[in-house]
Parts: sequence; structure tokens; C-alpha cells
Amino acid sequence: MEKMSGARSLMVALEKEGANIVFGLPGGANLPIYDELYKSNIRHILVRHEQSASHMADGFGRVSRRPGVCFATSGPGATNIVTGIATAQADSAPMIAITGQVPTKMIGKDAFQESDIIGITNPIVKYAFQPMTAAEIPEVVKKAFYISATGRPGPVLIDIPKDVQQNEAEMVFPSEVKIRGYHPWVDPDIGKIERAIDMLLSSERPVILAGGGVIISGAFAELQSIAELLMIPVVTTFKGKGAFPENHPLSLGPIGMHGHAEANKIMVEADCVLACGSRFSDRSVGTFEEFEKNLKIIHMDVDPAEIGKNQTTHIAVVGDLKASLRTMVKMLIQKAIKKNGDNPWLKRVNETREYFRQSLKLHPHPLGAAKVLRKLREVLPAQSIVTTEVGQHQMWASLFFDVIQPGTFFSSTGLGTMGWGFPAAIGAKAAKPEVPVVDIAGEGSFNMTENSLAVSVLDDLPVIVFLLNNFSLGMVAQWQRTFYDRRMIGIDLKNCPDYVKLAESYGAQGIRAQSIDEIGKAVQTALKSNIATVIDIPIDPQEDVLPFVAPGTPLKDMILPS
Amino acid sequence: MWSIISVLVENKPGVLFKVTHLFRSRNYNIDSISVGITENPEISRMTITTSADEKQLSQIIKQLDKMIDTVEVKLLDEKKSIYRELVLMKVKITKPSDIMEITDLANAFKCNVHDVRKSSIVVEITATPDRINAFEDLVRAYGILEITRTGICALERGVGNES
Repeated sequence: MEKMSGARSLMVALEKEGANIVFGLPGGANLPIYDELYKSNIRHILVRHEQSASHMADGFGRVSRRPGVCFATSGPGATNIVTGIATAQADSAPMIAITGQVPTKMIGKDAFQESDIIGITNPIVKYAFQPMTAAEIPEVVKKAFYISATGRPGPVLIDIPKDVQQNEAEMVFPSEVKIRGYHPWVDPDIGKIERAIDMLLSSERPVILAGGGVIISGAFAELQSIAELLMIPVVTTFKGKGAFPENHPLSLGPIGMHGHAEANKIMVEADCVLACGSRFSDRSVGTFEEFEKNLKIIHMDVDPAEIGKNQTTHIAVVGDLKASLRTMVKMLIQKAIKKNGDNPWLKRVNETREYFRQSLKLHPHPLGAAKVLRKLREVLPAQSIVTTEVGQHQMWASLFFDVIQPGTFFSSTGLGTMGWGFPAAIGAKAAKPEVPVVDIAGEGSFNMTENSLAVSVLDDLPVIVFLLNNFSLGMVAQWQRTFYDRRMIGIDLKNCPDYVKLAESYGAQGIRAQSIDEIGKAVQTALKSNIATVIDIPIDPQEDVLPFVAPGTPLKDMILPS
Repeated sequence: MWSIISVLVENKPGVLFKVTHLFRSRNYNIDSISVGITENPEISRMTITTSADEKQLSQIIKQLDKMIDTVEVKLLDEKKSIYRELVLMKVKITKPSDIMEITDLANAFKCNVHDVRKSSIVVEITATPDRINAFEDLVRAYGILEITRTGICALERGVGNES
């Protein structure tokens, strides 16, 4: 036991959890925390807006698979991270958000910079703590990391009143914590896994659907073994993109609203699906009723509440996905099950893939999205981490940027937060400084958090912003062209600002690339120079993202390029 | 389908808010909710009644179970549980004979009568909802001035033979 302030105990507890970096911005109600941060060995990354701090912590958490930490002050500081918390919750990302709060005796008095951040964030956190005495802090931090990182990961908020930060107490740092109502570890039911294997073997047209859970649990090798032993084609959700190498002969890529045509087609034709860590989002499955028609669903997930939420499940295996898949691999090996690919279904799969690859028309513009993104893939090392913003560029990345090394692609897929990709890329770079990190961006999204260029430059976290600039809010424009009879409103960004000059004004490198050749060179320059780089690529504002499954329609009704 | 869910939760500030917020944010409906401390002061019991179809009910239970502050969630079988609601009803008295008639009715339903006045009488009834509704139908003719209900509280019956 040692006597220290609440703020000091917070630093000690964070260090004990291995948190050696925090993203944040100080203010009145968290200054005692910052004063202790000054004395600690924890690295602080000063953001220009708290929202970016939360996205950086999110990006850090997804890549390192341990919670990223962000700090904000009370009131507006806290409300500025709400979008970041909601984004992390929607994509099951581990994150600890620590906010300052007005002193305990001021709570409820509508004090300066007071906001009920616990109440505001209730539906978008995995859990929230508000320690009312300093002595609670060590246990609260321990519990926060435990809750955030285990089971289905998610954001945890710790809201600490200023006097609780300042008060001294005898601190006890627990080495483990137990929570009566929280049991994240469930052993998968072996009998059900056995039945799942039988179901897959007895079906004629099986498919594996890999969701984000594969990436979160790092079950890449297990997934690949199962696919190869059973010779089953693999589609993914968008969040699961890159759960399986997209250059693998069994890979068909993402399904969904802007999924690959061959993936959607094969998904619709399948009679049995092994869904791994997927929540069957509307964006992935089109319509719930149509998706489950004539389809046997085996659902493996860590979260029991996902079973049967959106789809009727035939066999449900609850538990850590990596453990479930590992058990399945062991059983397949024990039973000596090793199929060859010589069957009508795989033949059909390969023909379908070939058909769409040959017949799908790509946009004719010299800087069509497919050409631009395939060039990026060509020059970017396979281990590079890629994030995206939200919009057309994101869906083109889904369609045309193949993820080769599993677990290197991250996007705000659930909440769809514009402005997420750039700060998340900086967080990713902090987690893995040794690999190149690229944010595939659109200028509409980049505008929202572009001031993180200061962070990328000054904190030596150089990332590449690969900016597909169509001078407009392209996805909205596409919907207005498609669904609103070309009544275009609120989409024109008028080529402003000049992104090369913008980058330069922050001390970053700005390159305008106006041909495929220039794009390749620009990326190589950025990779070699190791400073933050914005590559501004003027693309055709008229290009649509196709194929397209319109909202509220089934996958089989996907619209193909004409 | 009317269902009774019994939830044991951590007895901490904010837990009721989280439970009700869960119903709101997922578009479920709460018909009644009653909350009170249990034999263990760290734990409260919430009894929630809801009208939901089978699929929705299963989701409600899973989502409640997923909450970190819930210790146990049980869907109660009406036949294997005791469930009661307490209702206070202020009934209008128009003529002196009303008092005797309402008191007789109250006795027949094992209700307590309180606060007998010239113009009103308060009846306390503790019963199952259908019995309460039956009583309410009978006294409606006199005129119900005010009513307050606690919501259902319920407990599973014990195991073994009844003595």
C-alpha cells in the first residue's frame, strides 16, 4: 500500500496495464492527470481535436489488439470523443477513454464545462466507471482494461471528477479482478462443432463467411486451415475484409452492398454457410428474410446475443472464435478429412469468379478507381497497414484493393465515421511503427480530421494519405444520381483546399499525382521519405461504385455496371 | 406474448437507467417494472413485464444477460411462479350505501380498505393482474378517481412437494 493522489494512481495503473502511450488534449478538469502524466514515462500525443484522440486510440487498439487510451477534459472535451466511442463500439474495438469531470460537489450544479458524459455515452460503451473516491481508481483501471479487451472487445469510459484526481489515498493495485456479472470466456461446445462439420460435409454448396471477429481474435491460420481442408470458398463481410488472403484461390472477397459480384453471387447460391465472427449486418446481407432463405446457417461468435439477432441459426457455437476454429481444425485432422477441389460447386465458384473478372466493365477514365487502387497495391508492401475513411473511396478499396496479409485492413464499417481513417492510421503507426501505414481517403472525410497532420508530422508518426479527390461528397452524389433523379445538393466541395499546400503548411509532404505512373512514383517517394505525405489524386467525380446492392434489397438484385 | 422477466442486478446507481435505456434503444417495450433490494444488499431484483414475440423476447433476455451489471436473468414460467401487483384505487362515494357495497366487494377480493371519507374511499388490492382487472371492472360503476400500480413483482416457487 502506498499513499498517492488519484491522478498518480491512474498513471501507475496505466503503466501496470502496459499502456505506454495516450492520445489526448488537456483542459481544466483533467489538469491533475496531466500533471502526473508529466512525471510519468507514458508518451503523450497531443491532438488538435479530441475526436481524433479517440480515433487514434481506436486505431492503436485494433492493430495492437489491446486497448488504446485517450484523454479528454470534461464538458466539450468529453462530448468531442462521443463519435470516437460510438465508432469503437460499433466495430468492437478495445479502447479506454478517460475524461475529467467537474469536482464531485459541483456535479449536478450545471457547473462550467460539466456534462453528464456517463449518461450521454451509456448506449455506446461496453461499460463506464465514475470513481467517486481516489482509492477506487486502481481497481477501476484494472476492471476497465479487463472488460475492454476480453470477450467481444469494446470501449470503456472512466470519468474522474477533478477532486478525485487530486485527493490522496492509500492505494492498493489488484493483480486480478472478478466481476460477478461478466463471464467473457466460454468454452466452445465440442458436440456442436462436430455437428457443424457434418453439416458442412453433407451440404452441396458450402461457403465460409468470415467476419470482423476473425481479425479481432487473430484466427487467420485456423480459418485458412479449415477452408483448405474442406476446400470451401471464403467470402467475408466488409469488416472481415482481409481475414483471409484475398489472393488465395478460395477467396471471393467481401459480400454486401458494395461487395464483389462473384462473392454476392456465390453467397446467394450457397446452401450452407459457416459464419465466423459476423453479426449479419444489413449492409452485408441485404435483407434478412431473403438471405436466410434455403440457407443452413452455422454461426460461431463470442457474443451470445448475436446468435439469432438478425438471422435464424441452425447451429450456434458460442465462444472465442480462435478457440472454436482451432477445435474444428483439430477434429478435421483427427478425422483425416482432407477434400480435394474436384467438385461441381468449386467449379461453379471458379467459373463465376472468372466470368465477373472478365465481363465487369471498369470505369473508362484514366484515373478510374480500379486502376488507381490496383497501382497502390502493386507498390505497397504486403505487410503495410491500410485504413480507410468512409464513402466511395472506402467501397472502391473494398472492391479493388486486395488484402494479402490478413489483419492489415481497418475501416469504420459499423458506424461509418467519416474522418476516422486518418487519425486511426496515426494510432496504427504508433502501434506498429515498423510498417508503412496508408489511409485510403476521400477529401470529404479527410477534411473532417485533417488537422491531425500536425500530429503525424510533429510526433513522428508518418502516415500516407492516399487521397481520391473527386471534389465532392461522392457517395452522396452517387445516391442523388441513383435515387433522387440527379437533384444534386450539398455535395460540391469545389476543389478547396489545395491539399498539396495544406500538407506543406503542416510541414508534411504534398504530392499531386495525375497519372497511374505518377501515383506509383508518389507512393514510392512517400515510403522512402518517411515523413507524413498527402498524395492528392484528382479522380472523375462522375464515377459510381459498382456493383451496388440498393439498401433494403436482397444480394441477388445487385446492380452491375452497364 | 406477455412475459415476466426476473433480473438480478448489482445494487448500484445507474443500473436501472441502463436497463431501461436498453429497452428504449432496442425498441422493446416495458409494461411494468419493479425494483427492490434482495436478501443480499449488494444485489437488487428487477421484475420486468413485457409484451414481445418469441424472437424479440429471446433477444431481450440475451441483451440483458450481456449487461455487465446483470448477475442473473430468468424468464419466469407463470405456472411455476408467484406474481403479484399492489394497486391503490380511490373510488368515488356518491351515496352512503356505496361505502358498504364497495367494502363488501373489497372483502370478497381480500382487499384492505383505507381512508373512508364522505366522498371517496381508498382500496388496496394485492393480486394477479387479471384479478385486479376483474375488481377494477366491478368498481368502475362507482367511479374511479385515481389509481396507482406498483408493477408486477414475482418469485419462482420452491422445489419439492407442496405441504
